[in-house]
Amino acid sequence: MKDLLKKLSETYGPAGREETIAGVIKDELESFVDETFTDVTGNLYAVKKGSGAKIMVAAHMDEIGIIVTFIEEKGFLRFSNVGGVSPYILLGQQVVFSNGTVGTVSMEKLDDIKKLALDKMYIDIGARDRDEASAKIRIGDVATYYRHVSFNGGRVIGKAMDNRTGCAVLIKAMQELGDTNNTVYAVFTAQEEVGLRGSRTSSYRLDPDVGLAVDVTLVGDTPEPPSPMAVSLGKGPAVKVKDNSVICHPRLKEMLINLAVKNNIPYQLEVLTAGGTDAGAIHISREGVPAGVISIPCRYVHTPGEMVELEDLENAVRLLKLFLEGPVDLQKIFPCYPR
Amino acid sequence: MLLKRLAAAHGVSGDESEVRDILKEEIEGTVEKIYFDPIGSMYACKGTGRKPKVMVAAHMDEVGLMVAGFEKSGLIKIEKVGGIDDRVLVSKPVTVGPNRLPGVIGAKAIHLQKINERTKVINIDNLYIDIGSRSQDETEKLVKLGDYVSFKVKIREIGDNCLSGKAFDNRAGCAILVEVLKEDYDLELTGVFTVQEEVGLRGSGAAAYNVNPDVALVIESTIASDVAGTKEAFHATKLGGGPAITLMDASFITPQKMVDLLVNTAEKLGIPYQFRRLTTASTDAGRISQTYSGILTGVVSVPCRYIHSPFSIINMDDWQNTLRLVKGALNAIAEGGLLE
Repeated sequence: MKDLLKKLSETYGPAGREETIAGVIKDELESFVDETFTDVTGNLYAVKKGSGAKIMVAAHMDEIGIIVTFIEEKGFLRFSNVGGVSPYILLGQQVVFSNGTVGTVSMEKLDDIKKLALDKMYIDIGARDRDEASAKIRIGDVATYYRHVSFNGGRVIGKAMDNRTGCAVLIKAMQELGDTNNTVYAVFTAQEEVGLRGSRTSSYRLDPDVGLAVDVTLVGDTPEPPSPMAVSLGKGPAVKVKDNSVICHPRLKEMLINLAVKNNIPYQLEVLTAGGTDAGAIHISREGVPAGVISIPCRYVHTPGEMVELEDLENAVRLLKLFLEGPVDLQKIFPCYPR
Repeated sequence: MLLKRLAAAHGVSGDESEVRDILKEEIEGTVEKIYFDPIGSMYACKGTGRKPKVMVAAHMDEVGLMVAGFEKSGLIKIEKVGGIDDRVLVSKPVTVGPNRLPGVIGAKAIHLQKINERTKVINIDNLYIDIGSRSQDETEKLVKLGDYVSFKVKIREIGDNCLSGKAFDNRAGCAILVEVLKEDYDLELTGVFTVQEEVGLRGSGAAAYNVNPDVALVIESTIASDVAGTKEAFHATKLGGGPAITLMDASFITPQKMVDLLVNTAEKLGIPYQFRRLTTASTDAGRISQTYSGILTGVVSVPCRYIHSPFSIINMDDWQNTLRLVKGALNAIAEGGLLE
């Protein structure tokens, strides 16, 4: 898990430009599944075929980033955000482009730090002028945080834990998946950070019987936390009740809770007061899909120092595997079936 | 000039029929089939049965106003339809309702304003339309609640091959689509003149659902901000800089292979081009690209200064070059430039 998470976290993959990270994930899974393919939105699908329920599990593989909008005469790059990027977090950070070019983010003179905004900031890639910069970077190129993973005991610090932890959990669950009748579609979705765009198109394509998302969630276990969340690091994967994008199907939520209780997997319940996840798009796809979420507790989401606990990931894998392996008697569980 | 006629026509979101009628007349005979959908978009098909199936969309609607109430004096209260800056409204000539009544947007004269009022923007709630009526009864005989109001301006040729006037967003795109439809390409082409883009991309989702194309191109008009007070780094696009290729906006990220196709086409044909260097605002591409299991989409725009105002400016070289780029892109798609 450690090696996999490190590799995934350090791989480049901002929203809309997921080809590289999709390639890394495909290499991990190809020999374990019946089929892999990609689509126009950038989603990667890994399919294990069966005759039972069609289950879609989405883990978004994109991360937030910054997109170059202008190259100054002196070689500095102006940029805009791709997804939720805070100027305060970004200031002073190093960022990396798909071709490996590293830059540092700085700002114009400001009389008041409260006025800090992305249009007062720039990326310096060390180019002496526009020509030198243009040889490496074009307008429209996207950079992500440049950060190596650190392991501190059982805890991990790095960029893009949102949501490479979800990807790692889904990869492991697919690799270790035992006998099952279910058709399992593992979908590593694109463009979640800019509005659940990959899950919207992929859930339409697959038309699954049940949808599940694996994504990070916020925690409330830090000093004066920004949101009063009842979720902590290390207390197990969280079973989502609701967020701004979805109210999880109660039967599916119960199934996950019962599985955790029966198999002594620690779990927590999650009510996220801000933000959404792929289940938000999946559950209103076509005529509606029962959907739920397994969340990985994560501190400092959307910073280059996102922190998670490895044991939460391991327990999420156990829970997800049990769910995917078990018989899902749709008609018995969901009043909406048969459709 | 068709573009001048189109821009002068009134077609606020939800009331596109005048524009649609002009367009229908223009494309009849150049396409195999014309049809409409229940929310008002118009579809023009040619090359039926060929592959790939490509949809080219341009929205017909423009921003404007709607009658929201009446004063005892006969003056008309208004609401906005789409994104208009309050500051451009005062003292503009307008056309009211289906009978195209002339009116002006009025406000308190400078003599009557208190000192502090002079430094404030007059909010739309304090603006009204004056159609020269003397009473509410007289006004209500001529105007109904919910009647559309559109700017009334002359479309003028100015300066070095520029046009000044209203609604180039997106009659410029509509006029390009008309020209595009006159030619034949080795693919199935559906031109769609969409409705209600300015109030939330409402026509294009249904359009993409109807057509279900392999590839879609959106022809738009976009913000040119090479104006006083804006540093070059923040010029979203530049007037005269050629068609603007979208990389990302609030609703859409262009797939790299679509960016590459448009850039390569422009370079091959020697067409000047620029990137749209702004990541906010949305176009029909946002909805089209998210329809079904995802549709490969691109956006090409004519730069437009003072967009969403009655006196916007476009450059006709940009318009011509946008047309060339769209045609070139269609030929490149026909040659297999996108779909393996």
